[in-house]
Amino acid sequence: MEPAVQLRGAVTLLGRFPALAGIDLDVAAGEIVLFRGPNGAGKTTLLRLCAGLLPLARGEGRVLGHDLADRRQARALRARVGLLGHATGLYDELTVADNVRFWGRAAGADADDVAAALAGCGLDGRLRDVPVAALSAGQRRRTSLACLVARRPELWLLDEPHAGLDHDGRELLDDLVRRAVASGATVLVASHDLERAEALAHRVVTLVGGTTAPASPPAAGSVGPEEVALVP
Amino acid sequence: MFRDAGLVAGKDLRIELRSQVTMQQVLPFAVLVLILFGIALDPDRGFLGRASAGLFWVTVLFCALLAIQRAFTIEAADGGRDALRLSGLDPAGIFLGKAAAIAVQLLAVEAVLAAGVVLMYGTEVTGVPLLVATIAAATTGLAAAGTLYGVLAAGLRVRETLLPILLLPVLSPVLIGATKAFEAALGGVAADGWPWLGLLVTFALLYLTFGTLAFGTLLEES
Repeated sequence: MEPAVQLRGAVTLLGRFPALAGIDLDVAAGEIVLFRGPNGAGKTTLLRLCAGLLPLARGEGRVLGHDLADRRQARALRARVGLLGHATGLYDELTVADNVRFWGRAAGADADDVAAALAGCGLDGRLRDVPVAALSAGQRRRTSLACLVARRPELWLLDEPHAGLDHDGRELLDDLVRRAVASGATVLVASHDLERAEALAHRVVTLVGGTTAPASPPAAGSVGPEEVALVP
Repeated sequence: MFRDAGLVAGKDLRIELRSQVTMQQVLPFAVLVLILFGIALDPDRGFLGRASAGLFWVTVLFCALLAIQRAFTIEAADGGRDALRLSGLDPAGIFLGKAAAIAVQLLAVEAVLAAGVVLMYGTEVTGVPLLVATIAAATTGLAAAGTLYGVLAAGLRVRETLLPILLLPVLSPVLIGATKAFEAALGGVAADGWPWLGLLVTFALLYLTFGTLAFGTLLEES
Protein backbone atom coordinates (compact mmCIF):
# COMPACT_ATOMS: atom_id res chain seq x y z
CA MET A 1 0.00 0.00 0.00
CA GLU A 2 1.37 3.41 -1.01
CA PRO A 3 2.32 5.69 1.91
CA ALA A 4 0.06 8.66 2.50
CA VAL A 5 3.13 10.91 2.58
CA GLN A 6 6.48 10.12 1.00
CA LEU A 7 9.28 12.71 0.87
CA ARG A 8 12.82 12.17 -0.38
CA GLY A 9 15.35 14.98 0.04
CA ALA A 10 12.50 17.49 0.00
CA VAL A 11 13.63 21.11 -0.10
CA THR A 12 11.21 24.03 0.21
CA LEU A 13 12.31 27.64 -0.04
CA LEU A 14 10.72 30.61 1.68
CA GLY A 15 12.15 33.33 -0.50
CA ARG A 16 15.76 32.13 -0.79
CA PHE A 17 15.83 30.51 2.65
CA PRO A 18 15.58 26.70 2.71
CA ALA A 19 12.88 26.27 5.36
CA LEU A 20 12.98 22.55 4.59
CA ALA A 21 16.52 21.45 3.79
CA GLY A 22 16.21 17.90 2.50
CA ILE A 23 13.63 15.94 4.46
CA ASP A 24 13.03 12.22 4.10
CA LEU A 25 9.74 11.04 5.48
CA ASP A 26 7.29 8.17 5.11
CA VAL A 27 3.88 8.26 6.71
CA ALA A 28 1.58 5.28 6.32
CA ALA A 29 -2.13 5.72 5.75
CA GLY A 30 -3.99 5.81 9.07
CA GLU A 31 -0.96 6.96 11.03
CA ILE A 32 -0.82 9.91 13.44
CA VAL A 33 2.64 11.51 13.32
CA LEU A 34 3.72 14.28 15.67
CA PHE A 35 6.35 16.76 14.50
CA ARG A 36 8.19 18.49 17.27
CA GLY A 37 11.07 20.89 17.29
CA PRO A 38 12.05 24.44 18.18
CA ASN A 39 10.53 27.51 16.56
CA GLY A 40 11.71 27.83 12.97
CA ALA A 41 12.49 24.12 12.66
CA GLY A 42 10.23 23.82 9.62
CA LYS A 43 7.13 22.20 11.13
CA THR A 44 4.61 24.63 9.64
CA THR A 45 6.45 24.65 6.31
CA LEU A 46 6.33 20.85 6.22
CA LEU A 47 2.57 20.87 6.80
CA ARG A 48 2.06 23.53 4.13
CA LEU A 49 4.18 21.52 1.68
CA CYS A 50 2.05 18.45 2.38
CA ALA A 51 -1.08 20.59 1.78
CA GLY A 52 0.19 21.54 -1.69
CA LEU A 53 0.42 25.21 -0.67
CA LEU A 54 4.19 25.50 -1.04
CA PRO A 55 6.22 24.30 -4.01
CA LEU A 56 8.82 21.59 -3.81
CA ALA A 57 12.11 23.26 -4.83
CA ARG A 58 14.19 20.07 -4.91
CA GLY A 59 13.80 16.40 -4.10
CA GLU A 60 10.76 14.21 -4.49
CA GLY A 61 7.42 14.23 -2.75
CA ARG A 62 4.15 12.36 -3.05
CA VAL A 63 1.12 13.04 -0.87
CA LEU A 64 -1.97 10.85 -1.27
CA GLY A 65 -0.46 9.78 -4.58
CA HIS A 66 -0.10 13.34 -5.89
CA ASP A 67 3.35 14.35 -7.14
CA LEU A 68 4.26 17.59 -5.35
CA ALA A 69 6.74 18.52 -8.09
CA ASP A 70 3.82 18.80 -10.52
CA ARG A 71 2.00 22.08 -9.77
CA ARG A 72 -1.24 20.81 -11.26
CA GLN A 73 -1.20 17.65 -9.11
CA ALA A 74 -0.26 19.68 -6.02
CA ARG A 75 -3.31 21.87 -6.58
CA ALA A 76 -5.55 18.84 -7.05
CA LEU A 77 -4.26 17.46 -3.75
CA ARG A 78 -5.64 20.43 -1.80
CA ALA A 79 -9.24 19.29 -2.07
CA ARG A 80 -8.29 16.07 -0.22
CA VAL A 81 -6.49 17.64 2.74
CA GLY A 82 -7.62 19.75 5.68
CA LEU A 83 -5.26 22.25 7.28
CA LEU A 84 -5.88 23.66 10.74
CA GLY A 85 -3.29 26.41 10.90
CA HIS A 86 -2.56 29.51 12.92
CA ALA A 87 -5.05 31.48 10.81
CA THR A 88 -8.63 30.26 10.87
CA GLY A 89 -9.77 31.31 7.39
CA LEU A 90 -13.14 32.35 8.82
CA TYR A 91 -15.28 35.28 7.71
CA ASP A 92 -16.02 37.55 10.66
CA GLU A 93 -19.35 38.82 9.34
CA LEU A 94 -20.80 35.34 8.81
CA THR A 95 -22.19 33.15 11.54
CA VAL A 96 -20.57 29.93 12.72
CA ALA A 97 -23.09 27.89 10.70
CA ASP A 98 -22.59 30.07 7.58
CA ASN A 99 -18.83 29.54 7.72
CA VAL A 100 -19.01 25.78 8.21
CA ARG A 101 -21.65 25.52 5.48
CA PHE A 102 -19.55 27.54 3.00
CA TRP A 103 -16.26 25.69 3.53
CA GLY A 104 -18.04 22.34 3.74
CA ARG A 105 -20.04 22.85 0.56
CA ALA A 106 -16.90 24.12 -1.22
CA ALA A 107 -15.45 20.64 -0.66
CA GLY A 108 -18.65 18.91 -1.75
CA ALA A 109 -20.17 18.29 1.69
CA ASP A 110 -23.95 18.08 1.93
CA ALA A 111 -26.27 19.51 4.60
CA ASP A 112 -25.98 16.36 6.74
CA ASP A 113 -22.17 16.57 6.76
CA VAL A 114 -22.35 20.22 7.82
CA ALA A 115 -24.89 19.49 10.57
CA ALA A 116 -22.78 16.57 11.81
CA ALA A 117 -19.64 18.73 11.86
CA LEU A 118 -21.40 21.44 13.86
CA ALA A 119 -22.77 18.90 16.31
CA GLY A 120 -19.46 17.03 16.54
CA CYS A 121 -17.65 20.22 17.51
CA GLY A 122 -20.29 21.30 20.00
CA LEU A 123 -21.43 24.22 17.85
CA ASP A 124 -25.04 23.24 17.25
CA GLY A 125 -26.38 25.15 20.23
CA ARG A 126 -26.50 28.87 20.84
CA LEU A 127 -23.15 29.43 19.08
CA ARG A 128 -24.51 28.23 15.75
CA ASP A 129 -25.98 31.60 14.77
CA VAL A 130 -23.39 33.84 16.38
CA PRO A 131 -21.21 35.93 14.01
CA VAL A 132 -17.61 34.76 14.10
CA ALA A 133 -16.47 38.28 15.02
CA ALA A 134 -18.18 37.84 18.38
CA LEU A 135 -16.42 34.56 19.24
CA SER A 136 -13.53 34.02 21.63
CA ALA A 137 -10.23 32.65 20.27
CA GLY A 138 -11.11 29.14 21.45
CA GLN A 139 -14.56 29.28 19.87
CA ARG A 140 -13.01 30.46 16.60
CA ARG A 141 -10.65 27.50 16.79
CA ARG A 142 -13.59 25.13 17.28
CA THR A 143 -15.37 26.69 14.29
CA SER A 144 -12.26 26.28 12.18
CA LEU A 145 -12.09 22.66 13.30
CA ALA A 146 -15.75 22.18 12.34
CA CYS A 147 -14.97 23.53 8.86
CA LEU A 148 -12.19 20.96 8.56
CA VAL A 149 -14.44 18.13 9.79
CA ALA A 150 -17.19 19.10 7.32
CA ARG A 151 -14.67 18.78 4.48
CA ARG A 152 -13.99 15.12 5.48
CA PRO A 153 -10.32 15.29 4.41
CA GLU A 154 -8.19 12.19 3.90
CA LEU A 155 -5.14 13.93 5.34
CA TRP A 156 -5.44 16.14 8.44
CA LEU A 157 -2.67 18.69 8.88
CA LEU A 158 -2.85 20.20 12.35
CA ASP A 159 -0.56 23.07 13.29
CA GLU A 160 -0.58 23.67 17.05
CA PRO A 161 -4.13 22.29 17.17
CA HIS A 162 -4.53 22.49 20.94
CA ALA A 163 -3.54 26.17 21.14
CA GLY A 164 -6.36 28.37 22.41
CA LEU A 165 -8.65 25.45 23.29
CA ASP A 166 -9.94 24.80 26.80
CA HIS A 167 -9.79 21.35 28.41
CA ASP A 168 -13.06 20.20 26.84
CA GLY A 169 -11.99 21.54 23.48
CA ARG A 170 -8.72 19.63 23.65
CA GLU A 171 -10.52 16.42 24.56
CA LEU A 172 -12.93 17.00 21.70
CA LEU A 173 -10.09 17.58 19.24
CA ASP A 174 -8.27 14.40 20.30
CA ASP A 175 -11.50 12.44 20.01
CA LEU A 176 -12.15 13.81 16.51
CA VAL A 177 -8.61 12.91 15.43
CA ARG A 178 -8.95 9.36 16.72
CA ARG A 179 -12.30 8.96 14.98
CA ALA A 180 -10.89 10.35 11.72
CA VAL A 181 -8.02 7.86 11.86
CA ALA A 182 -10.44 5.04 12.64
CA SER A 183 -12.28 5.93 9.44
CA GLY A 184 -9.07 5.83 7.39
CA ALA A 185 -7.64 9.35 7.57
CA THR A 186 -3.98 10.15 8.17
CA VAL A 187 -2.97 12.89 10.60
CA LEU A 188 0.18 15.03 10.81
CA VAL A 189 0.44 17.19 13.91
CA ALA A 190 2.94 19.95 14.67
CA SER A 191 2.84 20.90 18.31
CA HIS A 192 4.69 22.27 21.29
CA ASP A 193 2.08 20.78 23.61
CA LEU A 194 4.08 17.56 23.72
CA GLU A 195 2.39 15.87 26.66
CA ARG A 196 -1.00 15.88 24.96
CA ALA A 197 0.19 15.47 21.38
CA GLU A 198 2.53 12.56 22.20
CA ALA A 199 -0.35 10.73 23.84
CA LEU A 200 -2.27 11.11 20.60
CA ALA A 201 0.52 10.24 18.15
CA HIS A 202 1.66 6.84 16.95
CA ARG A 203 5.09 8.23 16.14
CA VAL A 204 7.18 11.33 16.88
CA VAL A 205 9.54 12.99 14.39
CA THR A 206 11.89 15.72 15.56
CA LEU A 207 12.70 18.56 13.18
CA VAL A 208 15.73 20.80 13.62
CA GLY A 209 16.89 23.43 11.15
CA GLY A 210 14.61 22.27 8.37
CA THR A 211 15.51 18.63 8.52
CA THR A 212 14.75 15.56 10.60
CA ALA A 213 16.96 15.04 13.65
CA PRO A 214 18.29 11.70 14.92
CA ALA A 215 16.05 10.13 17.52
CA SER A 216 17.06 10.36 21.13
CA PRO A 217 16.73 7.19 23.21
CA PRO A 218 13.40 6.98 25.03
CA ALA A 219 13.42 7.69 28.73
CA ALA A 220 13.46 4.66 31.03
CA GLY A 221 9.95 3.38 31.61
CA SER A 222 8.54 5.55 28.81
CA VAL A 223 5.25 4.35 27.41
CA GLY A 224 5.04 7.15 24.81
CA PRO A 225 4.94 6.70 21.07
CA GLU A 226 7.79 5.31 19.04
CA GLU A 227 10.36 7.98 18.19
CA VAL A 228 11.92 7.59 14.80
CA ALA A 229 15.06 8.97 13.27
CA LEU A 230 14.53 9.68 9.59
CA VAL A 231 17.97 10.96 8.67
CA PRO A 232 19.80 8.36 6.59
CA MET B 1 -17.58 26.01 -12.16
CA PHE B 2 -21.03 27.63 -12.03
CA ARG B 3 -21.92 25.83 -8.77
CA ASP B 4 -18.74 27.23 -7.23
CA ALA B 5 -19.48 30.68 -8.65
CA GLY B 6 -22.92 30.61 -7.03
CA LEU B 7 -21.41 29.54 -3.73
CA VAL B 8 -18.82 32.34 -3.73
CA ALA B 9 -21.28 34.99 -4.92
CA GLY B 10 -23.79 33.94 -2.26
CA LYS B 11 -21.11 34.11 0.42
CA ASP B 12 -19.89 37.57 -0.67
CA LEU B 13 -23.43 38.95 -0.88
CA ARG B 14 -24.31 37.50 2.53
CA ILE B 15 -21.23 39.23 3.96
CA GLU B 16 -22.40 42.47 2.33
CA LEU B 17 -25.91 42.05 3.75
CA ARG B 18 -24.48 41.60 7.24
CA SER B 19 -21.83 44.35 7.02
CA GLN B 20 -23.86 46.82 4.90
CA VAL B 21 -20.65 48.38 3.57
CA THR B 22 -22.16 49.13 0.14
CA MET B 23 -25.41 50.49 1.53
CA GLN B 24 -23.96 52.48 4.42
CA GLN B 25 -20.64 53.64 2.96
CA VAL B 26 -20.33 53.25 -0.83
CA LEU B 27 -23.83 54.49 -1.64
CA PRO B 28 -23.64 57.65 0.51
CA PHE B 29 -20.20 58.28 -1.02
CA ALA B 30 -21.70 58.03 -4.52
CA VAL B 31 -24.55 60.42 -3.73
CA LEU B 32 -22.10 62.82 -2.12
CA VAL B 33 -19.91 62.82 -5.25
CA LEU B 34 -22.99 63.51 -7.36
CA ILE B 35 -23.95 66.45 -5.15
CA LEU B 36 -20.39 67.83 -5.12
CA PHE B 37 -20.22 67.65 -8.91
CA GLY B 38 -23.47 69.60 -9.00
CA ILE B 39 -22.09 72.30 -6.68
CA ALA B 40 -18.66 72.49 -8.31
CA LEU B 41 -19.88 72.61 -11.91
CA ASP B 42 -22.33 75.44 -11.35
CA PRO B 43 -26.00 74.80 -10.62
CA ASP B 44 -26.70 75.57 -14.28
CA ARG B 45 -28.92 72.63 -15.15
CA GLY B 46 -28.17 72.92 -18.85
CA PHE B 47 -24.50 72.11 -18.41
CA LEU B 48 -25.06 69.43 -15.79
CA GLY B 49 -27.61 67.75 -18.05
CA ARG B 50 -25.06 67.60 -20.88
CA ALA B 51 -22.28 66.33 -18.62
CA SER B 52 -24.43 63.91 -16.62
CA ALA B 53 -23.37 60.80 -18.58
CA GLY B 54 -19.68 61.36 -17.85
CA LEU B 55 -20.32 62.35 -14.23
CA PHE B 56 -22.44 59.23 -13.71
CA TRP B 57 -19.74 56.87 -14.96
CA VAL B 58 -16.86 58.62 -13.17
CA THR B 59 -18.84 58.22 -9.95
CA VAL B 60 -19.53 54.56 -10.75
CA LEU B 61 -15.81 54.06 -11.38
CA PHE B 62 -14.95 55.43 -7.92
CA CYS B 63 -17.57 53.19 -6.35
CA ALA B 64 -16.26 50.18 -8.29
CA LEU B 65 -12.80 50.75 -6.79
CA LEU B 66 -14.30 50.68 -3.30
CA ALA B 67 -16.34 47.56 -4.00
CA ILE B 68 -13.35 45.72 -5.50
CA GLN B 69 -11.08 46.68 -2.57
CA ARG B 70 -13.72 45.40 -0.20
CA ALA B 71 -14.17 42.12 -2.11
CA PHE B 72 -10.51 41.25 -1.59
CA THR B 73 -10.13 42.72 1.89
CA ILE B 74 -12.54 40.10 3.21
CA GLU B 75 -10.30 37.39 1.74
CA ALA B 76 -7.12 38.89 3.17
CA ALA B 77 -8.25 38.65 6.80
CA ASP B 78 -7.19 35.66 8.92
CA GLY B 79 -5.72 33.47 6.20
CA GLY B 80 -8.73 33.65 3.90
CA ARG B 81 -6.68 33.43 0.71
CA ASP B 82 -4.94 30.21 1.79
CA ALA B 83 -8.32 28.83 2.79
CA LEU B 84 -9.67 29.64 -0.68
CA ARG B 85 -6.69 27.92 -2.31
CA LEU B 86 -7.29 24.85 -0.14
CA SER B 87 -11.05 24.90 -0.56
CA GLY B 88 -11.29 22.75 -3.65
CA LEU B 89 -13.27 25.50 -5.40
CA ASP B 90 -12.60 25.93 -9.11
CA PRO B 91 -10.57 29.17 -9.51
CA ALA B 92 -12.73 30.10 -12.49
CA GLY B 93 -15.77 29.68 -10.26
CA ILE B 94 -14.20 31.91 -7.60
CA PHE B 95 -13.53 34.55 -10.27
CA LEU B 96 -17.07 34.46 -11.66
CA GLY B 97 -18.59 34.42 -8.17
CA LYS B 98 -16.63 37.39 -6.92
CA ALA B 99 -17.27 39.31 -10.16
CA ALA B 100 -21.00 38.56 -9.91
CA ALA B 101 -21.17 39.79 -6.32
CA ILE B 102 -19.35 43.02 -7.25
CA ALA B 103 -21.68 43.49 -10.23
CA VAL B 104 -24.81 43.10 -8.06
CA GLN B 105 -23.51 45.72 -5.61
CA LEU B 106 -22.62 48.10 -8.46
CA LEU B 107 -26.07 47.66 -10.01
CA ALA B 108 -27.65 48.73 -6.71
CA VAL B 109 -25.43 51.82 -6.60
CA GLU B 110 -26.11 52.60 -10.27
CA ALA B 111 -29.89 52.41 -9.77
CA VAL B 112 -29.71 55.05 -7.05
CA LEU B 113 -27.23 57.16 -9.04
CA ALA B 114 -29.41 57.06 -12.15
CA ALA B 115 -32.38 58.33 -10.13
CA GLY B 116 -30.11 61.00 -8.63
CA VAL B 117 -28.89 62.17 -12.06
CA VAL B 118 -32.45 62.46 -13.38
CA LEU B 119 -33.71 64.29 -10.29
CA MET B 120 -30.72 66.51 -9.48
CA TYR B 121 -29.33 67.24 -12.94
CA GLY B 122 -32.68 67.30 -14.75
CA THR B 123 -31.49 64.72 -17.30
CA GLU B 124 -34.02 63.39 -19.80
CA VAL B 125 -34.01 59.68 -20.66
CA THR B 126 -34.86 59.02 -24.32
CA GLY B 127 -33.47 55.54 -24.94
CA VAL B 128 -34.33 53.15 -22.13
CA PRO B 129 -33.26 49.90 -23.90
CA LEU B 130 -29.83 51.38 -24.72
CA LEU B 131 -29.52 52.71 -21.18
CA VAL B 132 -30.27 49.31 -19.63
CA ALA B 133 -28.01 47.43 -22.05
CA THR B 134 -25.17 49.89 -21.41
CA ILE B 135 -25.48 49.50 -17.65
CA ALA B 136 -25.49 45.70 -17.96
CA ALA B 137 -22.46 45.53 -20.28
CA ALA B 138 -20.40 48.22 -18.55
CA THR B 139 -21.08 46.79 -15.08
CA THR B 140 -20.06 43.32 -16.23
CA GLY B 141 -16.84 44.71 -17.70
CA LEU B 142 -16.04 46.74 -14.58
CA ALA B 143 -16.67 43.76 -12.30
CA ALA B 144 -14.67 41.30 -14.43
CA ALA B 145 -11.63 43.55 -14.94
CA GLY B 146 -11.84 44.70 -11.31
CA THR B 147 -11.86 41.15 -9.99
CA LEU B 148 -8.87 40.23 -12.12
CA TYR B 149 -6.81 43.24 -11.02
CA GLY B 150 -8.12 42.93 -7.47
CA VAL B 151 -6.59 39.48 -7.03
CA LEU B 152 -3.40 40.70 -8.71
CA ALA B 153 -3.00 43.43 -6.07
CA ALA B 154 -4.44 41.38 -3.20
CA GLY B 155 -1.18 39.95 -1.92
CA LEU B 156 0.66 43.26 -1.88
CA ARG B 157 1.05 45.45 1.19
CA VAL B 158 0.37 48.55 -0.91
CA ARG B 159 -2.77 47.14 -2.52
CA GLU B 160 -5.04 50.02 -1.42
CA THR B 161 -3.02 52.57 -3.35
CA LEU B 162 -1.81 50.30 -6.14
CA LEU B 163 -5.21 49.04 -7.27
CA PRO B 164 -6.52 52.42 -8.55
CA ILE B 165 -3.24 53.05 -10.39
CA LEU B 166 -3.42 49.64 -12.07
CA LEU B 167 -7.12 49.60 -12.70
CA LEU B 168 -8.16 53.08 -13.81
CA PRO B 169 -6.18 53.06 -17.10
CA VAL B 170 -7.52 49.59 -17.87
CA LEU B 171 -11.09 50.74 -17.29
CA SER B 172 -10.80 53.82 -19.49
CA PRO B 173 -12.45 52.07 -22.51
CA VAL B 174 -15.45 51.34 -20.26
CA LEU B 175 -15.60 54.95 -19.13
CA ILE B 176 -15.43 56.24 -22.71
CA GLY B 177 -17.82 53.68 -24.20
CA ALA B 178 -20.37 53.88 -21.41
CA THR B 179 -20.33 57.70 -21.43
CA LYS B 180 -20.84 57.86 -25.19
CA ALA B 181 -23.64 55.28 -25.10
CA PHE B 182 -25.28 57.09 -22.16
CA GLU B 183 -25.08 60.43 -24.00
CA ALA B 184 -26.99 58.83 -26.84
CA ALA B 185 -29.57 57.38 -24.44
CA LEU B 186 -29.95 60.60 -22.43
CA GLY B 187 -31.41 63.08 -24.87
CA GLY B 188 -29.22 62.10 -27.87
CA VAL B 189 -29.81 59.85 -30.87
CA ALA B 190 -30.05 56.28 -29.61
CA ALA B 191 -28.67 54.83 -32.85
CA ASP B 192 -25.35 56.60 -32.17
CA GLY B 193 -24.96 54.64 -28.93
CA TRP B 194 -25.17 51.06 -30.19
CA PRO B 195 -21.61 50.90 -31.63
CA TRP B 196 -20.32 52.03 -28.21
CA LEU B 197 -22.37 49.28 -26.62
CA GLY B 198 -20.54 46.87 -28.91
CA LEU B 199 -17.24 48.08 -27.45
CA LEU B 200 -18.55 47.53 -23.91
CA VAL B 201 -19.76 44.01 -24.70
CA THR B 202 -16.41 43.16 -26.30
CA PHE B 203 -14.54 44.49 -23.26
CA ALA B 204 -16.76 42.51 -20.88
CA LEU B 205 -16.39 39.27 -22.86
CA LEU B 206 -12.63 39.74 -23.12
CA TYR B 207 -12.16 40.18 -19.38
CA LEU B 208 -14.64 37.44 -18.49
CA THR B 209 -12.69 35.03 -20.70
CA PHE B 210 -9.27 36.19 -19.57
CA GLY B 211 -10.32 36.19 -15.90
CA THR B 212 -11.77 32.69 -16.12
CA LEU B 213 -8.49 31.43 -17.56
CA ALA B 214 -5.99 33.46 -15.51
CA PHE B 215 -7.57 33.86 -12.08
CA GLY B 216 -6.16 30.57 -10.74
CA THR B 217 -2.59 31.52 -11.61
CA LEU B 218 -3.00 35.01 -10.15
CA LEU B 219 -4.49 33.57 -6.95
CA GLU B 220 -1.44 31.33 -6.63
CA GLU B 221 1.09 34.06 -7.28
CA SER B 222 -0.54 36.88 -5.31
